[in-house]
Amino acid sequence: MTATLVSFSNIAVYSAMAIYTLAFIMFTLDLARRSAPAPVRLDVERNAASASSGSTKLLERLTTDAPADPAKKTPRYLRIAMSLTVIAWVLHVSADVMRGLAAGRVPWANMFEFSLTATAIIVGVFLAVQFWQDLRFLGVFVTGFVLIALGIATVNFYVDVVPLPPALQSAWLVIHVFVASLGTGFFALGAALSVVQLLQARREAGKAARLNFLDTLPAADRLENLAYRVIVVGFVLWTFTLIAGAVWAERAWGRYWGWDTKEVWTFIIWTIFAGYIHARATRGWRGPRSAVLALVGFGAVLFNFTIVNLFFKGLHTYSGL
Amino acid sequence: MDLTRPSDHIDAPAPDKLAQPQLGFVGYLRFFWRQLTSMRTALFLLLLLAIAAIPGSLVPQISSDPNGVVQYKANNPTIAPILDKLGVFTTYYSVWFSAIYLLLFISLIGCVIPRTKHHFDALRAHPPKTPARLERLEGFTTRETTTDAATAIESAAAILRKQRYRTEVYGDSVSAERGFLRETGNLVFHIALIGVLVTVAIGGGFGYVGQRVVVEGYSFVNSLSNYDSFNPGRFFRDSDLVPFTIAVQRFTPTYEQRNLSALGQAIDYTTDVTTTLRGGSAQPGIIKVNAPLRVGGTDVYLLGNGYAPQIIVRDPSGNVVFSQPTPFLPQDANLRSLGVVKVPDGLAKQIGITGFFYPTAIEDAKGQLSSNYPDVLNPLLSLNIYTGDLGLDNGKGTNAFALNTDSLTQIAGRIAPVPALKLGIGEKVEIPNGLGSIELKAVPRFVSLDVHHDPSQGWVLLFAVLVVGGLVTSLFIPRRRLWAKAVTDASGAVTLEYAGLARGDDPGLDAAVAELAEKHAQQLGRSVES
Repeated sequence: MTATLVSFSNIAVYSAMAIYTLAFIMFTLDLARRSAPAPVRLDVERNAASASSGSTKLLERLTTDAPADPAKKTPRYLRIAMSLTVIAWVLHVSADVMRGLAAGRVPWANMFEFSLTATAIIVGVFLAVQFWQDLRFLGVFVTGFVLIALGIATVNFYVDVVPLPPALQSAWLVIHVFVASLGTGFFALGAALSVVQLLQARREAGKAARLNFLDTLPAADRLENLAYRVIVVGFVLWTFTLIAGAVWAERAWGRYWGWDTKEVWTFIIWTIFAGYIHARATRGWRGPRSAVLALVGFGAVLFNFTIVNLFFKGLHTYSGL
Repeated sequence: MDLTRPSDHIDAPAPDKLAQPQLGFVGYLRFFWRQLTSMRTALFLLLLLAIAAIPGSLVPQISSDPNGVVQYKANNPTIAPILDKLGVFTTYYSVWFSAIYLLLFISLIGCVIPRTKHHFDALRAHPPKTPARLERLEGFTTRETTTDAATAIESAAAILRKQRYRTEVYGDSVSAERGFLRETGNLVFHIALIGVLVTVAIGGGFGYVGQRVVVEGYSFVNSLSNYDSFNPGRFFRDSDLVPFTIAVQRFTPTYEQRNLSALGQAIDYTTDVTTTLRGGSAQPGIIKVNAPLRVGGTDVYLLGNGYAPQIIVRDPSGNVVFSQPTPFLPQDANLRSLGVVKVPDGLAKQIGITGFFYPTAIEDAKGQLSSNYPDVLNPLLSLNIYTGDLGLDNGKGTNAFALNTDSLTQIAGRIAPVPALKLGIGEKVEIPNGLGSIELKAVPRFVSLDVHHDPSQGWVLLFAVLVVGGLVTSLFIPRRRLWAKAVTDASGAVTLEYAGLARGDDPGLDAAVAELAEKHAQQLGRSVES
């Protein structure tokens, strides 16, 4: 039974990866479409002003492309890309659930399972956030990132289902690790927004002249606000992770804080994002500077998960590798 | 001017570059204080703290990995003394690390105190006067109405009060303010952080941590002399030790037996104990990983386990000269365990024994022994015997888990004429040179218990909860001001103007103004109809 579930789970992971790849291609095509000959937002105005002389056909095409008009139909590539992402995500989540059923516990007890769950959560956050804001332009980043993560996880981190060692047998495994993954999902999205923000800031400064697709995306300060809102949610979750981890450490290791390597890096990440939030409130630090901090913070999250887990000595030796 | 925020806070007015008066001594003090409590300094210190924490994760720390430090020093003889001098092996207790976080906290306190005072004042103050030109503010919108100005404003104030705004009517306008919890939460968050630091710094000093290895069937009393190692806090007194006894009845590990990918992996450790408080009766208890035992206000944790072979050494005429279980330290996941036995008295010569215990012994083609399962399936004890001066009589303390063999002679083992002695449970072998005999009587298990007492941790938890609560309130409750104003023109027609102002991040402000205008229009419409 376990073996069957595991093999189904693995098949589902590979299928999800195949479909994410297609979604990634579609998202890329969508960006390419946004880069299409005429920069859209500027031209709508220009054409509207000279409507009498402009061709009607051209005007129509441009207005369909303009993101400012939500009543219009979504561009085809983007629609396909989002549908594929949803399908891939359903497969991804079912792979994760089957893995959990096979193991008879939550599917995040080693690096492979954690990667599987965390990436599912990142995509889940990406999909959920669409109900709040149209952030579909981040699809390239999200699917690309998740694909790479799943690729590394399946090739390098894969381990068979094994029972939990005594140290992990705790309700805190469910809470602490899940909230950490959820926080990571928000930080990932925030990092994606910050990357676009940096590009947009360059373009607004007249530097990234060839990245035409940026004209179809929100302005840099709006991207910064979106990134901030996503990241503060991540920060709250991270703070909770830190405290839940301390409570668990007190139960399992007899002290709530011992400067274990993983604790240190969780603390470093917390401090960087605390710095990010302060940067937003400091004159002269809004804009690209705070975006760079958000990226440094997410870099530290990735470092904490990969390098610290694999190469640093500490008590969090649960990679299973 | 808003004096409550650091001058470089984004909500504070832009600095006046030209006004640079001569600074006296007090002026300089004030200048440095302002620098220290500025946002930029706080940000700089936060990032510096993040960077300063890194070296401690790259180099083993004495507090968490003392053996790692010893090994690191042996492996890196050139750089280790430099790192040692810089305090990198004790990063989180070093002067430079402490300096950063102390400065950060001073900066924080300097920021929080004036803000708290201002916030108390603001809580009692009335909403500010309506600005003259609302069209300059956020979400400005207008509605026409047939109601007279005074009635309209009274109705707007009623709507705002229902939405939990504090309101104040100024002439033909109403000024409303809400979201004081945002600043309250922010202050609670920062003060709770200070609380965490202070309780950790002071409260931690009243606690203690002790380790003790106990073999099945033995017990230990919570007193200073009974610990293998003991770290008291700064304010610890011997009388703080609650006198209790813990008797370890049995240690039961469970190992995975069916899943081939995890064969021999531990899936449960259970320690059955009985505890006795002074004057009380014995209580049964269980200690597991993740489930410490609480006794006498103290927590007892199960942190390790292993085998303690009970070795009996007899002299040639059969008199017992040594008989006790000796904890052997596990060397790998299958519990190949290394131990040392010293027998200074009773035999013709002092003997020292180093041995490996293999719970499930297997021998490879070269005769190399190893263990391939952690439970006792094919137990084997392999002993090297040394004779000579064990160095126990010179009054210097020695490590019970190590045997310095430099000045000893091996009489059984790889470099001796007799190979290492091998025994199963219940077996007996002769010591070479007719010194006597060794018997492996039984192999009980030992547990390594950590005893912790930290009276401050409940307080730390309380402050940590306040940190999260304060954070959530300060980030997600919007603080905003709304205004509604009735403008009557020369013809007597009344136009209602609405606008808002956010303090801090407030994505919903425009919607809030629009909602107010809409609700107000509806209400006025109804009252006109009725």
